[in-house]
Amino acid sequence: MDILPILSTLRRHKITALLLVLEIALTCAIVCNAVFLINQRLERMKMASGVAEHELVQIQAFGIGDTADAKAHAQEDLTALRQIPGVKSVALVNQVPFTNSSWNTSVKLDPKQNQATLNATQYFGENLLQTFGTRLVAGRDFAPDEYLDMRLVARDEKLAKKVVSVIITRDLGQKLWPGQSALGKTLYLGGDPMRVVGVVAGLIRPSLFGGDATAQWSMVFPLRMDSDNASRYVIRTAPQDRERVLAAAAATLRKNDPHRIILEKKTLDDIRADFFQDDRAMAGLLAGVCIALLVVTALGIVGLGSFWVAQRRRTIGVRRALGATRGSILRYFQTENFLLATIGIALGMVLAYGINLFLMLHYELPRLPAYYFPIGAIALWLIGQVAVLGPAMRAAAVPPVVATRSV
Amino acid sequence: MFAYYLDLALRSLRRSPVLTGMMVLAIGLGIGASMTMLTVLHVMTRDPLPELSAQLYYPHLDPLPANYPARSEWGDPSDNFTWPDAMALLEAHRADQQAAMAGGRVLAWPVQAGRMPFRIGGRYATAGFFDLFGLRFEQGRGWTAADDEARARLVVLSHALAMQLFGRTDVVGRTVRLGDARFQVGGVTADWAPQPQFYADASGRGNYGESDRFFLPLATALDLDLSVSGNQASWKEGGKTSGNYTWLQVWVRLKNAAQARAYRQFLIDYSASQQKLGRFERPPANAALYPMMDWLAHQKLVPNDLRLQLWLALGFLVVCLVNIVALLLAKFLRRSGEVSVRRALGARRRDIFLQFGVESALVGSLGGLLGVAIAQAGLWSVRQRPDSYAHVARMDLSMLALTVLLAIAGSLLAGMLPAWRASRVAPALQLKAQ
Repeated sequence: MDILPILSTLRRHKITALLLVLEIALTCAIVCNAVFLINQRLERMKMASGVAEHELVQIQAFGIGDTADAKAHAQEDLTALRQIPGVKSVALVNQVPFTNSSWNTSVKLDPKQNQATLNATQYFGENLLQTFGTRLVAGRDFAPDEYLDMRLVARDEKLAKKVVSVIITRDLGQKLWPGQSALGKTLYLGGDPMRVVGVVAGLIRPSLFGGDATAQWSMVFPLRMDSDNASRYVIRTAPQDRERVLAAAAATLRKNDPHRIILEKKTLDDIRADFFQDDRAMAGLLAGVCIALLVVTALGIVGLGSFWVAQRRRTIGVRRALGATRGSILRYFQTENFLLATIGIALGMVLAYGINLFLMLHYELPRLPAYYFPIGAIALWLIGQVAVLGPAMRAAAVPPVVATRSV
Repeated sequence: MFAYYLDLALRSLRRSPVLTGMMVLAIGLGIGASMTMLTVLHVMTRDPLPELSAQLYYPHLDPLPANYPARSEWGDPSDNFTWPDAMALLEAHRADQQAAMAGGRVLAWPVQAGRMPFRIGGRYATAGFFDLFGLRFEQGRGWTAADDEARARLVVLSHALAMQLFGRTDVVGRTVRLGDARFQVGGVTADWAPQPQFYADASGRGNYGESDRFFLPLATALDLDLSVSGNQASWKEGGKTSGNYTWLQVWVRLKNAAQARAYRQFLIDYSASQQKLGRFERPPANAALYPMMDWLAHQKLVPNDLRLQLWLALGFLVVCLVNIVALLLAKFLRRSGEVSVRRALGARRRDIFLQFGVESALVGSLGGLLGVAIAQAGLWSVRQRPDSYAHVARMDLSMLALTVLLAIAGSLLAGMLPAWRASRVAPALQLKAQ
């Protein structure tokens, strides 16, 4: 196909052609970046938790009134919950992944350090790792006689010094001691030394205010909670039993203590879905804008194409009369669109890169990977060809006899 | 003449209904999307207390140790006050109206036996709170500084909580159980819900859609060790009354710039005196006094996501406008023949420009109307979203006017170039060419 005649025609519609190129460029740039943002959100939603998500349910229950026998109370609850058919494991814990409420503390590698090395989250609760289904990759879990009562530890500093073991995640170990095994190492909370007795593959922190890079910085301590200082009962069961167990567990807890407020009972899958709902909403919004943009651009191409075809009706007739086939008229308009789209896409790439630089500067986004550029290019080429097809077919249908008619 | 042009425009648009529809749709989508985002941003950055905001200030002291890490994602602990500093500022009485406060959540017990208690949020504050922010009492009154001193078991209920607990609001003197303690009701305020909740700790991210349901003396809350919500930070051992535990907010009302200058100096002098005592390690010049709106900006209540969405919406609007320019240009130039005839018959360039300008404006107005509808649908979908600010996203009259204005201005601007091009068409040449 000879493109010179196309170029010379376009030169007669400079402004209009330029505007179309500009529109394609802007659309290409925005779509590239938006798709990138959507992917970032989707990736974030896949974040690993390190717990058996599909098997866990959580009930948050607040006891009210007398708290003197909170320990006995909690043990009664746990025993009753374990008797529900289908329950594999139960724990009363201080915090649960994806609930946005967390206990955190500074960690030092040397007690004399002025500034803490980092800030990590603290999981407490007897039987926590077995219930969560968190996989141990080195060392050991806490022994049953290692657990101390949180209630006593919080009041008695001497007793607090007896909490000396901690289980940490592999990520936290790598951050604290890069390239070494964390097992057997000592870290300090305030001035108190803790020996790492076990390492788990992963355990996400309940809230990600510290940034996604710190998501796996978690520590587990051998502390037993009671109904006064913890409210989250976590139950592990088969995926298909979750709803039934949840209902039965709520009834059991209420029966054990009628003066109790059940704040929340949910499966961990639901809790996770809630946690990432902002990301899902944002991804949906971006996808919506992308589609709207492509639709508007396609409408623009259809509109301009129709105008040009109507305007050149006589010329097309002349060409047909001089022997041009329908196919060559069709290809003429397709090639014209392809040319415009290519110029627009080239400009769009530069613009996409610029927008990405701006976003990197102001919103701490990573660099746009190179493979997004061809995605944007192909999308716009396709849309351009589809959009121009209608007007081009109408052009091809112009009969040669038009050439002989006066206006 | 205008009516004639309008008629011409209507005829022209009716001749190609599909294309007109496309242009209107493009403007409508662009305007709708950007106005949705602009409205959300407008709602989030508006003045929560217009009648008093010019006089309200948030003091800032920096009691942190010299080697404390710089502001992190966990927030700056010096945004809040330690107990000794807050009390020192209040006791100096450098502002006519002032109060220290903290947010908290407690269990509230309905008076009817057998009904379950429920958790509510409220404010622990010093006596000046009600005057400072201009709360209106429906019944009774607030408490006095003497009550603060005596750690009185007094509570002020919001209208909503009084109705919820008692089913009525004339409840002054009655007793209500909050947490494990009993309080005497001293007053009932009219419902008061500034959005964002500017006076609260920044970690609440503006607490959009929330309001305080009860108020009780700060010292009483401290006495009973009631739970405090919001960011709390300490850098040495010591409890809530120690000088290295920040958890309070302090607000003052100053009448004019001179008072504000004097207060700022007072903060610096106070910091210097604390530095001499060895309590503060950082330079006294770190002390500052923020006007209310500056403080809100400083707290960065607008999430990054939202700004990103605004940029996206504006980008979208630009694409839609470019699209309109191209379509109008093609449409107008297609009518070169008609223009030639009109010009040959004596129409001036101005007339042609005006005629096509009217047609652009018509397309713009229709697009604007569609844009308003789309923006309403967009805001409705924002309100279905989980974000805390979402359900305050509503368009007020000024935003509505801005939407229509933006649509017309946008399409007028977009129509300018095509109309100008059309007006350059030579009178008879076109006739000859065809």
